[in-house]
This record gives sequence, C-alpha cells and structure tokens, in this order.
Amino acid sequence: MAQTNSNPGSSGANSQSGGVTRRSFLRTSAVALSGIAAIAAALEPLRDINDPITLQRFFQKHYKELTPAEMEKVLARIAAEVEKQYQLRPQIKDYKPMDGVEFVYCLNLTRCIGCRKCVHACVAENNQSRNPEIQYIRVLKMPHGSLNPEEGEHNYKSEMVPEKGFFYMPVACQQCRNSACSKVCPVKATWQEPDGITVIDYDWCIGCRYCEAACPYFARRFNWTKPKIPKERLNPNMSYLGNRPRMQGVMEKCHWCIQRTRAGKFPACHAVCPAGARKFGNILDPNSEVSQILRTKKVFIQLKEETGNNPRFYYYFDV
Amino acid sequence: MIRGIRNYFTFLSRCARIAFIGDWRYYSWMGALTVFVLLGLNAWCKQFAHGLITTGMSDQVSWGVYISNFTFIVGVAAAAAMLVIPVYIYDNEELHDLVIFGELLAVAAILMCLAFVTVDLGRPDRFWHLIPGIGKFNFPHSMLAWDVIVLNGYLLLNVHICGYLLYSRYSGRKPAKWFYIPFVFVAIVWAVSIHTVTAFLYVGLGGRHFWNSAIVGPRFLASAFTAGPALIILALQVIRRVAAYRITDKALLTLRAIVQVSMLINVFLLLNEVFKEFYGKSKNISSSTYLFFGLEGHHALVPWIWTAVTFNLIAMFLLILPLTRSLRFLNLACVLAIVGIWIEKGMGLVVPGFIPTPLGEIVEYSPSFNETLICLGIWAFGFLAYTIFLRMSVPILQGRLSRQAEDVPLDEVALGTARSPEPLV
Repeated sequence: MAQTNSNPGSSGANSQSGGVTRRSFLRTSAVALSGIAAIAAALEPLRDINDPITLQRFFQKHYKELTPAEMEKVLARIAAEVEKQYQLRPQIKDYKPMDGVEFVYCLNLTRCIGCRKCVHACVAENNQSRNPEIQYIRVLKMPHGSLNPEEGEHNYKSEMVPEKGFFYMPVACQQCRNSACSKVCPVKATWQEPDGITVIDYDWCIGCRYCEAACPYFARRFNWTKPKIPKERLNPNMSYLGNRPRMQGVMEKCHWCIQRTRAGKFPACHAVCPAGARKFGNILDPNSEVSQILRTKKVFIQLKEETGNNPRFYYYFDV
Repeated sequence: MIRGIRNYFTFLSRCARIAFIGDWRYYSWMGALTVFVLLGLNAWCKQFAHGLITTGMSDQVSWGVYISNFTFIVGVAAAAAMLVIPVYIYDNEELHDLVIFGELLAVAAILMCLAFVTVDLGRPDRFWHLIPGIGKFNFPHSMLAWDVIVLNGYLLLNVHICGYLLYSRYSGRKPAKWFYIPFVFVAIVWAVSIHTVTAFLYVGLGGRHFWNSAIVGPRFLASAFTAGPALIILALQVIRRVAAYRITDKALLTLRAIVQVSMLINVFLLLNEVFKEFYGKSKNISSSTYLFFGLEGHHALVPWIWTAVTFNLIAMFLLILPLTRSLRFLNLACVLAIVGIWIEKGMGLVVPGFIPTPLGEIVEYSPSFNETLICLGIWAFGFLAYTIFLRMSVPILQGRLSRQAEDVPLDEVALGTARSPEPLV
C-alpha cells in the first residue's frame, strides 16, 4: 500500500522535472490498481447490509417536524416495509396524547408474586426482538427488608413463585418527570409527551447510547443487531412512537403501550397481571384508581428518589 | 487576488504531493499504518452491516473501548495547550519552534476522537442529525451536544493556526499577529474546555455514582496534562532523529517539568478519590470496589487498574528524581505514564461506571476481536495523519519547502538533497 501512496507524488515530481516515463507510468497504474483493489476488499462487508438505507428514510424529518401529510407518507412507507418483511398488513397509526390526561403507574409490592407474566405479555404486545432477546421489564427477586436493587436477584429460576422470604419488584421505564435520558440525548430523539410518556423517534435516534448510560433504572435497550421476530408473533396493531418494529442500531424502551393506552386500554403488563398488583390511570382525574392510591396509601415510593428523576411510577404496599 | 488563490493552491498541492515522497523507512512505516487502517476499515464495515453486536458491549455495559479511547485522546488533544502556554504566555524560547508540532498533534488527536465517536454510533448514517442548524441539536441540555461543538471548534482553531503559520513560512512572509495570536489564546481556554466538557459528559449522570463526582473534571485535566506532554516528549525525539530538526534537550526538559508537576497532581487527586470512596464505606462504592478489588467473583479490571496505578507511581518517582534529566529514563517515565493513564482514563474510567448496573446486575465486558481491530485502525489512522502533517510541516519550517524554492523538484525537497535557502523568518 505504501507504493500506492508513493506514486501520485513521484509521478508529479517526475512531470515537474520533465515528463512521465513509460516505466513510471506503468508502475503508477499497477500500484494505483492494487490500491483500489485493497480498498474495495476492505469495503466488501458492506454488501451484507441487511437494511438498505433509502433516500426517503435518510431524509426523513424529526417526528415533531412532520406535517400530517408527511406523517401519512411515513406511515405508508413503514406499513409497506413491514408487509414486505412479515407478509402481514399492519394497522399503523400515530396515536396522539389525550387532553387532560397524565398517566401514572402504581405497583403493589405486597401483591406481586414474581411470575414474570408481565415481561412476556410486554414482549408479545410490543414486538420486541426475540433474537437477540429484548425485554423491557426486569423483575427483581428481593430479600425481605431491603429496597436496594443491588440486593436483588435478576435471573432467578424458581420452580414456584412466590418464595418465602422474598418479595418481587418489577422495574421498567419509570417515565420520569425530570428524565435524565431525554436531557442527555444530543439530537432530541427522545422526549416527554404531554401525557407523561417518554417516547423515542426510532427514525431519528443516532444510537449513541448516552441515554442508556444516563438512565438510573436500566430501562433502555439497544438494538445491537437487526431485531428478529417470527412472522406469526408480530402484533399488527402498531403506533409510530410505540411498538412498530425497530431497526438495527437504535434505542427502545417501555412506552406504557402507547398504542393501547392512548386508545383507552390498559398496558399489556397491567392487563395480564394475575395478582392485581398493577394499577394504571390518569393522575389528573381525582377519581382514578391511581389518584386514590397516592392519596390514601401511607407509604409509596419512587425508586432511587435521590437521583431526582421524579418518576411517574410508584411502588406501594398493602398497609 | 487570483494570483493569491493560485499561490495557495500551489502550496496545498505541493504539501499534498510531498506526503507521498520519502525514503524506504517512510514507505514501510506508512505502508504498515495503511494496512492497519484498511483492516480497521474492513472491521468497521462488518460492524456497520451487522450492527454493534460485533462488539463486546451489551445493554449492561453500553460503552466500551471506543469511548475509552475517545476519552483518553481528548486529553492528548487538550495537552497541546501545555506547549502553547510556555511559549505565548511565558515567552519560552526553546519551545517556540516546537509549538506547531503540539498543535498538529492536537489536530490528529481530534480526528481520532471524531473517528472513535463515529464508530460507536449505532446509526452513523444519521450523523447529520447532529449538525447544528440542519439536524436537531439538543443544546445546551446535552453534554454530548457541547462536546460536538467544543471538539469541532478546537479542530478548526488548530487547523487555522497551523495552516496560517505554515503558509506564512512557506510564502516567506511574517505572519500577521492579529490573524493568529487571538486564536492562540482562545485555543488555550478551548483546550481546557474540551476535556472539561468530556468529563462533564460523565459527571452529569446522576444515576452513576462512579462518575457523578466533582473530582472527575480536575482528574481529567491533570492526567491529560501528564500523558499529553509525555507523548509530545517522545514525538519530538522521533522528529529530531528522523527529520534532523533542531530540538534542544532543554526544550524536552521544560516539558519534563510540566509532566512532573501534572503527574504529582494526578496521583494526589487519585488518592483523594480513593480515600473518599473507601473510607466511608457508603453503599455507592460498588463500582470502585469492582475496579480495584473485584465484586462477587468478577474482577476483569483488577489487574489492569493495578498495572495503571503501579505505572503511574513508578513514573511519578522517576519524574521526581534527577535521574530523568537523562533522556533514557525520561522516556521510560513517559511511556509508563502514557500507558498508565491510557488504562486509567480509558477502560478504568468508562467500564466500571457500568458495573454493576443501576439495578445491581454484574455483567463484565471485554472487547471483541472486531472491536479491537477498529481501535487499532483508528490509532493507525491517527499516526498516519500525524506523520503526514509532519511530512508537510518539517520541510516548510526548515525552509526547504517554500515559494522561493518552488522550482526545486519535490523529490529533492523531501529527501533533503536540495540545498535549503536561508529561511526568511
């Protein structure tokens, strides 16, 4: 390769000192050719790109700058891409937040039995990659007496739950009011919506993972490669900011099932919980269940309160 | 006007062409570097196609050797200020003609920084989202947005200063003070800012106790002002040997004094941090425990950090002793300091911040082969860039490559066979 580099220079010098000789011309060409071949060989793996970057995708604007007409086009593009890949026509919409709604989640630690049904319902609802596996909810098996997550066990494989001497603490995105993730994002690809849900524009994220480093709850997940979902498992009811299939190299996380909750339904984890440990609702409505819980329970906590992220996710006890 | 532009382009093209001329040692060095650059490029193409799954990183440890090297090299770039300050503030004569080598090193280092950040991106194709005005820049909230500004600003400042001074020398004109001195002083403050902002990138994360400490910024600067000038001491000796450029031992010993003081401060600050972490036994020392002693049977970083501490201590003692007035020992101390700080500011700072995770899970990290190749490629790229800069600037500073000698064939200029005209400046 050194020779490649040497040549334009020496031929230039030659021409200055009076003409290119036949020999030096041949040498230049041979070396230039092998240089090009070496670079081509270096670039060869690019042929394996499994998700070609089209112009439409490359130039797509930030979510907040798309006009309704442009959003229609984007949704049509995504629908076509999903159909091409999964042979299934999705119902994809851009669900908007409802007026006068701010969501809050309350989780009853006395009731949670650690069955992890929420984890799997979440994966099924939100089209997470099955290989490599991405899950939004982490259930910690905690010894009695401590709320320090470092005491918890992540990969417990109990035959039966709950086990004596332990309680279980599911942790996912806490939808913080003072969210570290959206503050650190260099390109505003993640932000808080008016209804309190922190969302990600998967088409805008550059994949720097600064938000993942900033999150005190280990709530964010990165697509280390192209996500794989079996065709028959795809949930065709999709939203732009929610559960549409993600692409390689972008962040994702829990969004409180935006495609369900903005249509008046409960999140999938809430709906599946057999213990009734999960409560979800509108904090701005004084008659909602979550308002009542936060009004009447003597003790409820925000995880890692000291970091000042001020979560919209509360843990409470039956006392 | 037109002649001015034409002259400038002649200058650029002669500079570009001379980069391809040299003796067999030059070609072997550049050839070897090019091979590594191409291997790295190849590895990066693989990563681009298949995703960052080709690295050793995970959701638990989401930054690795890319960001580690980035952090270290920002410090190297910042250290150019340690040559500029003695010359422009204290009128140091010995270092006067060497400043430009420090500034060129800064340029090469910033190019490496940009490369390391780019290869860390999951979607490098969306880089334009980061361009202020065109993309959607989260300024002033995101420290990464600040970093984009300060790094690119520092690159432009140094390119301007070096480019202008070299072109003036080439043209045989005295550089106009107003056109570069203000930039030199801005660049001094800017050098401090690039490493401070990079430190704040970590310090700003309230959920990571290991980084969320006020001493991280000062430690960054102390270590940068140790490792950077140490690297410059070594680089200057190579230049002296290879290019027969006049560099006095006195100049090197001035730099030694800088490395000496910085290393003392660096070790002192480390001591402060270690005391604060371990004396109180708070619940927030898991990461430090993992780094220095291992945690629950996981201790991948323990040998590394103790190597770093040992190297730094040996380097410190060597630097204090009069022994290092001899270049051989000075070089040894410099190498130890550079390696020690590279470990400590790189892997020793970035990785333990992620271990354990905020939810207490312990997942260890080690770079994959592909990831290592990319790092080597970027290091080779940095050396390649710096060598090219020197290839262009040394003959200019020696007066061999100049407008006055425009008719002299570049072969003769490059290989030093041309008789140098008396320098005008």
